[in-house]
This record gives sequence, structure tokens and C-alpha cells, in this order.
Amino acid sequence: MTDLIEGPDTSEPIKNPGLQEHQERPQDVDPKAADRTERQISAMFGLATLLMLGFCVAYVMIDKDQTFLGWSAMNFTLGSTLGGALLLMGVGIIQWAKKLMGDHEIIEMRHPVASSTEDREAVLKDLNQGIKESAIGRRPLIRNSLLGAMGALGLPAIILLGDMGPLPHGQRNTVWKKGMRVVNDVSGTPIKPSDLEVGSLVNAEPAIMYETDEHGEHVLHGKELLQAKSKAAVIVVRMRPEDVTPAKGRENWGIDGILCYSKICTHVGCPISLYEQQTHHVLCPCHQSTFDLADNGKVIFGPAHRALPQLPLAVDSEGYLIAVSDFPHIVGPSYPELARDQKKLDKKS
Amino acid sequence: MRKLSTRRRHPLAGFVVLLMGLVVAGGMYAAFAPKPATAEEASARDIEAGRQLFLIGCSSCHGKNAEGIQTKRDGNYGPTLVGVGAAAVDFQVGTGRMPLANSGPQAPRKDPEYTAEETRQVSAYIASLAPGPAIPADEYLDTESVSAEGLAEGGEFFRTNCTACHNSVGAGGALPSGRYAPTLKGVDAKHIYEAMTTGPQQMPVFADTTITPEEKRNVIAYIKKIQSQPEYGGMAGGGHGPVVDGLFTWVIGIGGLVGFAIWIGAHGARVKK
Amino acid sequence: MTTTETDAEYTNIEDTGLGKKAGGPVQWLDDRLGLATISKKQVRKVFPEHWSFMLGEIALWSFVVLLLTGVFLTLWFQPTMTEVMYDGSYAPLKGVEMSAAYASTLDISFDIRGGLLIRQIHHWAAALFVAAMILHMLRVFFTGAYRKPREINWLIGVGLLSLGLVEGFAGYSLPDDLLSGTGLRFVDGLLRSIPLVGSYLEYFMFGGEFPGDVIIPRLYMAHILLIPALLLGLIGAHMLLLVYHKHTQWPGPGHTEKNVVGYPMMPVYAAKAGGFFFVVFGFTALMGALLQINPIWAYGPYNPSEVTAGSQPDWYMGFSEGAVRLMPDLEFNLLNYTWSMNVFIPAVGAMGLLFTVLGVWPFVEQWMTGDKKDHHLLERPRNAPTRTALGVAGMTAYAVLWMAGGNDILATRLNLDIFMITRSLQIGFFVLPVIAYHVTKRICIGLQRQDANRILHGYETGVIERSPDGGFSERHAPLDPVRQYALTTHERLPELTAPAETDKNGVAAPHGRKAKIQAWVRKRYYHGALDKPTVDDVHHANEHMAHIDGHPVELGDDFQGVSETGIPRVH
Repeated sequence: MTDLIEGPDTSEPIKNPGLQEHQERPQDVDPKAADRTERQISAMFGLATLLMLGFCVAYVMIDKDQTFLGWSAMNFTLGSTLGGALLLMGVGIIQWAKKLMGDHEIIEMRHPVASSTEDREAVLKDLNQGIKESAIGRRPLIRNSLLGAMGALGLPAIILLGDMGPLPHGQRNTVWKKGMRVVNDVSGTPIKPSDLEVGSLVNAEPAIMYETDEHGEHVLHGKELLQAKSKAAVIVVRMRPEDVTPAKGRENWGIDGILCYSKICTHVGCPISLYEQQTHHVLCPCHQSTFDLADNGKVIFGPAHRALPQLPLAVDSEGYLIAVSDFPHIVGPSYPELARDQKKLDKKS
Repeated sequence: MRKLSTRRRHPLAGFVVLLMGLVVAGGMYAAFAPKPATAEEASARDIEAGRQLFLIGCSSCHGKNAEGIQTKRDGNYGPTLVGVGAAAVDFQVGTGRMPLANSGPQAPRKDPEYTAEETRQVSAYIASLAPGPAIPADEYLDTESVSAEGLAEGGEFFRTNCTACHNSVGAGGALPSGRYAPTLKGVDAKHIYEAMTTGPQQMPVFADTTITPEEKRNVIAYIKKIQSQPEYGGMAGGGHGPVVDGLFTWVIGIGGLVGFAIWIGAHGARVKK
Repeated sequence: MTTTETDAEYTNIEDTGLGKKAGGPVQWLDDRLGLATISKKQVRKVFPEHWSFMLGEIALWSFVVLLLTGVFLTLWFQPTMTEVMYDGSYAPLKGVEMSAAYASTLDISFDIRGGLLIRQIHHWAAALFVAAMILHMLRVFFTGAYRKPREINWLIGVGLLSLGLVEGFAGYSLPDDLLSGTGLRFVDGLLRSIPLVGSYLEYFMFGGEFPGDVIIPRLYMAHILLIPALLLGLIGAHMLLLVYHKHTQWPGPGHTEKNVVGYPMMPVYAAKAGGFFFVVFGFTALMGALLQINPIWAYGPYNPSEVTAGSQPDWYMGFSEGAVRLMPDLEFNLLNYTWSMNVFIPAVGAMGLLFTVLGVWPFVEQWMTGDKKDHHLLERPRNAPTRTALGVAGMTAYAVLWMAGGNDILATRLNLDIFMITRSLQIGFFVLPVIAYHVTKRICIGLQRQDANRILHGYETGVIERSPDGGFSERHAPLDPVRQYALTTHERLPELTAPAETDKNGVAAPHGRKAKIQAWVRKRYYHGALDKPTVDDVHHANEHMAHIDGHPVELGDDFQGVSETGIPRVH
């Protein structure tokens, strides 16, 4: 077998000993062993057939509410019969290949991956003839105008996507308005300052989300509702007034230690309500940005950069919490025009 | 019997016998001791009994009159318990969080050290100091009778107010600096209710004025439902989501299939030459 | 005597009853397709055998399982965000408003018999598809199988992996449950962070402000049509190139750069590969039966004001998630624009960096080694210490990010402080890969030394001998030639010569500076690597061994040393 090796290679310290002698399997020398293996494999295929029949029986017989070991009996039975059957088939086929099919290793010679020089030259010759006959070199006007048209073809392809969405607009506003009540999320009930004791947290929304028109239909629903929620959701917390250190100009944004902040993280926008009532910290469960609500929503840990926007609060004539205005700072994850939009908001206020 | 007779002379045998005797005696006492006064009589006697228990077990941190103990640097050694209400005591003592075993990021749940009766007495004492959240009435803990709509509504409240910390199946989650929102598995309906009204440790308060007692009952019903319903799809990774799914993918999935590949590529038995 | 039929008892297929009947139609086809010419070389095509060559097959078969189960799911899934009132059999959500996408996923899970099973098989197969691709890629990397002429197939593989991630993420987003919606919210933040055009990309992708009502239909199209079609095409090209190049093989007796040794396609590989498909399908079906994955009913419908603790992407996006969690708050205003590098760098940058590094690596390595030869024999990782060390360093960095992606689960499971985990991993991201690089390189070189020792001084037999002057020594015995050969099949290190500073006319060489850098890099690349023994080394060693072999105790031909328990190993 050493004739496989190409000439004497003096740099190789050990010669390639060549393909080793074939070793027989028990099935090759003992017909009884081979028959045993055949029976073993056929038993696997037979069992697989039974399991698939079992699958069909289970599909018809098992009620979808039945449980087994605290799991869905249907899912368990269908899955284990199907899985078992397929596994047995696979194992049987592989066992057949391993034990009974011929197992003499054979050698195939590799051919160079690259084309031969003749092939290269022949193709080059044909190409040249083709290019020559097309006269593309002699008529640059055709070539250049075609290239121009090809390039222009990209324009309709791109412009056609123009209606995938509107141009960005309205990112700096939310549905909060002066005088809009702060209401409990889910139930929609308005909130009085006296409802909140120190340490309280209320997951709240602007009242417009629960308003109905004259037909009893919700003013906001479907897409509009979700879009409004994804910017306007807030958390209302109450802490001891002496714990709050309002920044300049924010002294009257809270009421007796009741403060309202955006629930949308300024990092990538997860709703954030993991509020710790003793430390006044709120943590985002997605990327662990942590904000200090006693200190104007300042970031104290994590990847978020901007403070959590605060909503200035007041009390209306009936004694319920209302917003004084929309958020003075932009809510939600940053976007390129944010710096510009924030300046516009600052100018307005 | 041979086993017993050989161990009879074990050096610890005496202690074991003593221990068994004590256990039997204690059990007999518990079984035959006079029953305490009923709840309605939560009276001066209970309050006094509670005060005695408080003085022995709690006052070293919370002060002789539950007024709290301030440290020199204006920190809390033990906070004041005036006005925390019976619910807070019932939660803290009933879930074993108090008395605190050792200081750490937060008090863990453990086996309660006080009996139900003693817990009731201490609660009565603290409640007598100033008004505060009371132990919920049974009607708000009866989660069996909650309607289908109530269950669904409870789910909405749960996802809005609770899952951010406690996870969507109540498996718990991480908080800053080594603190955590504990799992809700195996927690009594009463204790869940009390946690909402009193806001233990870092948990904020969800008072009855913002989430009504009926709404709280619905939330508890939802928690109990999702924790008692079958794991429809098979063994679940404790509700920890895609991280555990990923672990199963690599350990069980890739582990198993690579095992098969190794078997396919293995040489198998050969006849010795 | 063999179990395969002898020529005498075998009837050729064209002579069997069935064969005679099929002869006509087959000829009809061949007249039109030239089947015989196409399959002439393929029927007995040789594939080398090794378990690690079947990792890519796991990915291939998982993909087939995904196609089959995916078709089933499309029969019921409704890819729209239209609001509906749920009225299926899962009680805790009855009467809740949700999107039709979520409601139909609940229906598949609870009201379609076998629906939950197929959904779970689909999800497990997806997780395994990406895992097997990565494992396959690691095998190709650490054995140098991507070297010339297979660089293009490596690039196709990189493309398959990146498409696999996008495909998986699109699928994860479709059910519109709280977890998948949170994932989309993250994508929204990611798009916004892209400098200058972020808002436009967001509005175009979501059809307006997040979440809008078009993202799920659009992702559905990508998930079931666009990306699978691309995947199929690339997989086809990947396999064609595999057939054209012929598989690489491990060096061994009889294996050379010019041949491929193994078993024929028909019947052995057809059976083994076909059987493996059933194994992969059966295994994922069992996982679907026994292990719950992505219980969407527990998360509830998506609502932008809700979130659950432990919100994570599927594992293959974990590294990206981890990068976002580790990144400090780098955001600034410049030129009247906001630049959110705290999101852009880890989310877009980490992904881009990974695939760029993977894509250019074969060419970078070629430039470093200057090796332009074709390679069909694989390299043992230890014999390419720098490559192996770089690979392990990369895996370490990936693992750090991966852990960071689950830092909250680590914190609750191991009772650790989540901030401390984050801080440690931030440091670890820079420190651990460097440590991993040096440790791996030392281990590789150590293993090379051990190999050289075993060739030159034989192996340790475990037989302790006492010399006449009372000293003890362990007896060494030469390896048998097959093993000796296996340890010397790798290539000799190239001679590292400094580039000529001037050409033969004494003029400064044109690319002198570039060549100098390349020479320096090459020196670094091969630094420390041990060359294999030369012919002379082996010659001297053999003489020495022959000299000491005149021992009083004969060990016999069968002797293979003594095991740790003192029992002689016999061949």
C-alpha cells in the first residue's frame, strides 16, 4: 500500500505507513452474529411502526385537557411516540450501515480544484471573441449609457419602498396634556393624593386611554392605543417629602412627596417599574439601568444615559392627580434628532 | 432488629432516646393543652401576651415600645413598628422573615419561629399601637370562587404591577445590590395580600385604595392558577425563560446529538487477528 | 466469508422484475436529463469518517425539521396585529384583548391537537440549528479546514450563521407575546441608535411609531419566505462546494493531500446520513415531548407598559444582549444630533465585528503565514498554536458577553449582586481573553513538546527498573510506526527570513515597509511553535533506543505499557 506515497520525501521523519490492513467485524466472519444483527435491526423498525400506530391512536383517543405527570398527556404521548419511532428508524438504519453493509475503506484520488491551463486559455479565447463581436469596446456610448441605465434601475427599486412608513414625526410629544388625569393602569380609576401612602407605587396611564366617545367606543384603540402607551405609561410613587431632592425648577412638580416618572426606559424602551421603596431606585429588568427617583430620575448604574423624564403633577378641583403639561423631557430611547427636539421643547417651556 | 441492637451501644444513643422523649412529650402537650381563646376575643389578653412576646423577641431591635432604634448616624437599627398594622407583623413573622437571623441585603423567607397563635398575639399588640393595614378578611383570600373574568383581570393587574420584579410565573427576579424579588411559589394567599398592602422591605405598597381588595383577590387567584396549572409542554426550567432553554439546547440537545455522531463515527467491534 | 452477497447470488437491479419494469422510464429520464453522466462519480463518492464531520449535518437536518414543522405551523398562524378577544380554551386569558398573532399561537398550543408538540419541536430545532452551526464552525476553525481552496465555503458558512440568527430572531418575535414584544422594543431602540438615519429606519421598519401594526406581517414574510429561501440557496451552494472540493480528512496512515479515504456514498453514507436525519428529527421530537420551551401563554399578550423579570432573547442573541448590558452609558450630543453609542456600539457593533472578524480571518491568516498552498489534510489544533489561542480567546470573549446576557438569572440563581456581576464581566471582557490566549498557547506548545518526546524517546511504559547502582528509572518503549506517523503529519514550520531591504540593484524594495510588517507578524504568528523532529533527529533517537533495548527483560511484541492500575496493556 505504500505505493500511495508520492516519491521519497526526505523532510518527513516518519514514512507514511500506508492504509492499514482491514479488520473484519464479528458480523463478517460469523453468520450467526450477522443474523442476530439483522433481527435486532428489524425489531427496531417493527417497534417504530407500532409506535407510529400508537401516535395515531393517541391523536384520536386522548383528550386535550388530560394531564400526565403534570404535563399535557397529548403533547407527551404524541411526542414520545413520534420521537421514539423516528429515533428507532434512524438508529436501525445507521446500525445496518455500521454492522452489515460493506466496510472496506476505499480511496478516491483528488483532482486539482483549479482549472487546467488549457481550459483557462480556451475560456479566455472564447470570452475575447465574444467581447470583440459585441463591439462593446468600440462603441463606448452604448456601454456607458447602459451602465447609466443599470445604475438608474436602483432608483425605482429604492423609491418603491417609500411607503413602508411615514417620515419620522411627533417623537417629542406624548398624549399627556395639561389637566389630563393620571389614572390607574388596567382599572382606569383616577388617583387622589390621599390614596397613596409613603412607599406606594402606582402603575398609571393618562386618562385618555380609558376615555370613550359619544358612541361608547374607546377614543384610542388598536395601534394608536399601543403607540400611545409605549410613550405615555408612567409610574407614580410616594416618598417622604424630606427624601426628595428636586432639581432647580422642579420644586413644585410633586405633591407632598408624590412624584410621577415615565415608565419607559431611556435606554432601549423597556417598561421600568422595579421600584425599591426604601432606596427610591428603579431598575430596568432588560439591561439593569438604575435610576434614582428621589434625585430627579438620575441614572446611577447601567447603560442608560438620560435621566428618567418626570411628569409635573398637580391636583384638579375634584382632588385627583393631573398632569401640568406633557413631559418636559423626551421620553423613550434616544434617536438622532433628539438633541434638536429637546432644544425645541426647552424653548417652548 | 440486629441493626437496632448493634446501635444501642452507640455513643449517641442516649441523646437520641432523650430527643425522642422530648418530641413525644412536646407532641402530647400540643395535643392536650387547653385551646386558646378564639379570634373574636382578640382582646386585652392577646395584646398583653403579644407585648410580652414582643419584649422578649423583638424589642432589642425595634425598641421597648416598638418606636424603633436609631443608630448614631441617623440610620435605622430597627424601624418603628407604630402604624405598620397587623398585616405587616403577620407577613414578616408568618413567613419567617422576622426575627432576622443575620443582617444581609434583605431578610429571606424561612420557617416561622413563632406559632400561628403567637404571631396573632404580636400582631394584635402592634395593631393596638396605631391603626394600619389589617390582616385581610377570608372573603378576599377565597381564590376558588373567582370568576373567569376575574381571573383574566387578575392576570392583567399581575402583568402590569408584579411581573417586572416577580417574573411572569412568579419565579422571582434580581434587584440592585444583591437584593431580589422572591419567588411567589408556595406563598400563602394571605401573605401575598399582606405584602401588597404593607410593602415589606423594598417592595412598594399597593394599598387597597389603588388596587381594591377584590382586584387583589383576582391577582392572587391568577398567581395560584398559573402555579397550579400543568406544565403543558413538559419539564419547565423553573420559569426562567430563554436562559434555561439555551442551557437545555446545549447540554441535552447538542450533548445528545453529538453523542449520536460519535457513535456513528465510532469504529465498532472488530475481530481480533 | 462476508455478509455482503457474493457476485454469484446477487442479481443486478436491471435484471430483477422491478428493474425490468423500471428500465423504460429510467431510460426516458436519462434521454432527457443525462442522469448517468451526472451520477457517475457520485454514487460511490468517498466520504472520510469522523464524528466531528457530522456536526454540520446536525445543522442541516435541524433545518429540514424546521421546514417541515414550519409548514404545519403556517396552517393556523395568523400573522396580523389586529386586535381580537381571546376565546380559546386557555382559561387565564379568556376575554383578554390581544393580537390575532398571539391568539392564533395560543390556539396552536391549546386547541390544535399536536400543535404544541410541533411548536416545541420547531423551537428546539431552531435553537439546535444555530448551536450546531456554531459547533461546526468551531470544528472547521480549529482544524484549519477553511484554508485554501475552501475560503469561499467558509464565507458561505458565515453568511448562513448570520442569516440563521436573523431568522431565529424573526421567529421569536412572531407570537407577539410579552417576551417577543420586549425583544422588538429592543430592536426599535437599536434602530433608533443608528447615527443620523435611526429615526427613518425605525419609522420605515415599523410603519410609523413603535409598535405599529405592520411589523409582524413583515417579519412573517421574512421568516417564512425571504430568509428561508436565502438559507436554502446558500445551503445548496455549501453542499455543492463540499462535493466539488471533496471533504477534508484527518492525517493518518494512507491519507495524503492527494487522496480521500473513507466509505462510499452508496450505500454507507446514504444510510448513515439518512439515518442521522431520523435521529435528529426523533431527538428533537422527544425534546418537544418532554421539555417545555417558550411557554407563550405564561407571558401574556404584548403590552408596551408591561415587562417580565428575566426578559431574555433566545440563546444565540445572548452575546448581543450581554454586550448591551455591559456597555457604559456613552451617549453625547454633537452637531445638533444625539449619538447613542451606548446602544449602537454593543448592539450593531458587536454583531458587525463578530461577522467581520469571521469573514476576513482566512485571508488574514493567509497573509500572516504567507501560505498559498492547497490544504486537504486537517491540522491538529496544537500544531497551530496561535490560531488555536486566538480562537479560544474569541470564545472567551463570547462567553463573557453570553454570561452578561443572563446576569439577572445568574444573580438570582447564585445569590450574587447583579451590579457586581456586571462590573466583573466588564473587566473580564478585556482581561479574560488575554489570559485565555496565553494559557492556550502554552498548552498547545506543551502538547507539541510531548508529541516530539514520544516520537524521539518513546512512550512511558510504567515499568520501573532498578539499575545495578540502585537508581530507579522508568522504561520507555518506541511507539508503533502508525502512531509515530500520526504525530508527524503536520507541516514543517516555514523558514522565517527577513525581507530584503533593497532589490538586487541596491534600490530600496518597493513594498519594503509592508513586507517588514508582514515579516514581523509572521514571526509573532509562529513564535514559540515547535517544529517536528527532523529525519536526523529520528535517526539518532532510534539508534539510542536500539542501544538501550538490550535489556534483561523482554517485553514482547504485544506489550503496550502498563496502565495506571498496574495491569499490562496488550494490543
